[in-house]
Amino acid sequence: MKRGKGRNRKGWLANAALCAAALTVIGALVVLPLGVILAEAFSGGWRLWAASVAEPEARGAILLTLAVTALAVPLNTVFGVAAAWALAKFRFRGRSLLLTLVDLPFAVSPVIAGLIFVLVFGRSGWFGGWLAERGLKVIFGTPGIVLATLFVTFPFVARELIPLMSEQGSEEEQAALSLGASGWKTFFKVTLPNIKWGLLYGIILCNARAMGEFGAVSVVSGHIRGETLTLPLHVEVLYNEYNFTAAFACASLLAGLAVVTIILKTVVELKGARDAA
Amino acid sequence: MKSNPNKSVRLARVILSLAGLAQAGSVSLLNASYDPTREFYRDYNRAFATWYAQENDGARVTFRQSHGGSGKQARSVIDGLDADVLTLALAPDIDAVARKAGLLPAGWQARLPFNSAPYTSTIVFLVRRGNPKGVRTWDDLLKPGVAVITPNPKISGGARWNHLAAWAASLERELHGDWAALARPEEAERVAAAQRRAQEDMAELYRRVPVLDAGARAATTTFVQRGLGDVLLTWENEAFLAVEKLGRASLEIVVPPVSILAEPCVAWVDRVVERHGARAAAEAYLRHLYSPEGQRLAAQHYFRPRLPEHADPAHLARFAPVRRITLDEAFGGWERAQREHFADGGHFDRAFLSRAP
Repeated sequence: MKRGKGRNRKGWLANAALCAAALTVIGALVVLPLGVILAEAFSGGWRLWAASVAEPEARGAILLTLAVTALAVPLNTVFGVAAAWALAKFRFRGRSLLLTLVDLPFAVSPVIAGLIFVLVFGRSGWFGGWLAERGLKVIFGTPGIVLATLFVTFPFVARELIPLMSEQGSEEEQAALSLGASGWKTFFKVTLPNIKWGLLYGIILCNARAMGEFGAVSVVSGHIRGETLTLPLHVEVLYNEYNFTAAFACASLLAGLAVVTIILKTVVELKGARDAA
Repeated sequence: MKSNPNKSVRLARVILSLAGLAQAGSVSLLNASYDPTREFYRDYNRAFATWYAQENDGARVTFRQSHGGSGKQARSVIDGLDADVLTLALAPDIDAVARKAGLLPAGWQARLPFNSAPYTSTIVFLVRRGNPKGVRTWDDLLKPGVAVITPNPKISGGARWNHLAAWAASLERELHGDWAALARPEEAERVAAAQRRAQEDMAELYRRVPVLDAGARAATTTFVQRGLGDVLLTWENEAFLAVEKLGRASLEIVVPPVSILAEPCVAWVDRVVERHGARAAAEAYLRHLYSPEGQRLAAQHYFRPRLPEHADPAHLARFAPVRRITLDEAFGGWERAQREHFADGGHFDRAFLSRAP
């Protein structure tokens, strides 16, 4: 395209202004809060930070968060791949309904998601009596927290894979099948290598949300210290107890996990782009 | 792929122990409490465990604490939170657990001395250092330019006490302290006029409230950390704690001449302790609150002890004299107060709705 000199200069100015605006917004909304968290977390020195993070209730919260994530992410990876496979490679009756259902957790407020589980598994809920008779506990215990996290993080993997798999179509799989490969072999040798970067990206996003989820988990947690408090809930409790340094120390752990996630995500994106090229 | 059964068993065990189900051999009590008791029960649990072990040949009792807004905690227990004991901000919240979930008998309040309220409190004002708006009495809250912070009485127990204290103070002024007039039929007109006045005062009060937080702790944070409002209406113990933790230099407590006798209640949850085999421990836990040790710790944590002779005089000296109107004299008991003030369309709804211009 041909452009006049004046227009070019104008374009340069506009670009600079846009960049400055974006940097200001990112600085104010992302960098500044992150800095505040770190400053507050280490305001009592690193020893106090280490003591706050190693304290038994904080350790309980960290362990619970890791355990919940370790259950929710693999399960949602399997569900997500299955859902995306079905939705992208096949045309069937009820497909758009299934597509809507996959998106449902994005549309429903996390607090409502938590309340749904209370209504279903709570003492006076649909299965409450049945569970109580067998001495099983879902709500206000680890299983409830895992369920709520599963629900909230369900769409991440599937949503990442559906467009990718739709775009790739099913020719390669059909070729593999016609050459005599079994279904599983086709999946592992053809489908999986094609989607691996998208899948990894979805897993990372799912993982970040699973560790950071607050609303849904808060409703089903019961807030028992050192037992059903995940890391984000523990931060809130500490903050409410005027224990600001410890609250920010735990918050800095979550922030650290977020930063690691972002770095992983960037690496995955770069690798994915290089593979595609 | 072959899965290793040992591994999955071990994983299951880890998950179970995380859920706290593998604690055998000792009694574990889950205490569902409201917000401002965190510090008190942390100390009391430790003291009780030591005492209980001495009394019962080394029997071990461990504690799990859950805190939140009183009404929210009651709701969680109704929905299935397995609390062995409830230590909530007000009797109606425990009543709700008895009525809606049938987990304890309706007459729970008569099982322990003093209406099952081992310590009491009252509602005071927390103001900025130097009391720049000169707030001393409930009437001063209605002076021009005073912003008031109080949580939402629909969910917060503390906020309900705030509301009732303000209403009782207004009635006391109108009736000149003659509470017996409420019961005299020939004074019905005077009482009705006083109540209309109280209703107007409440509407005026809520007009000064910029935000209704979900609980006492959240309201304290709004007042202290966010710097909103001139006066925070709050529990006396919560006010002391805020001053202690957040700034002697920036806050001070004002105790009005009259306020309300706030009675936080405790109860063991029969159906839960029976299932856990924890009835004896739970009952001992609550009875021990009335012991010299329990009363001393309560006073130390700014609750007014029922048996002041057991408390440290230095702790008692911190409590300013205040006439505390009882629920029974001003409102004819909780049930009526709850129905007339906090049910849908009650005095709170009307006062709060009338604040819209």
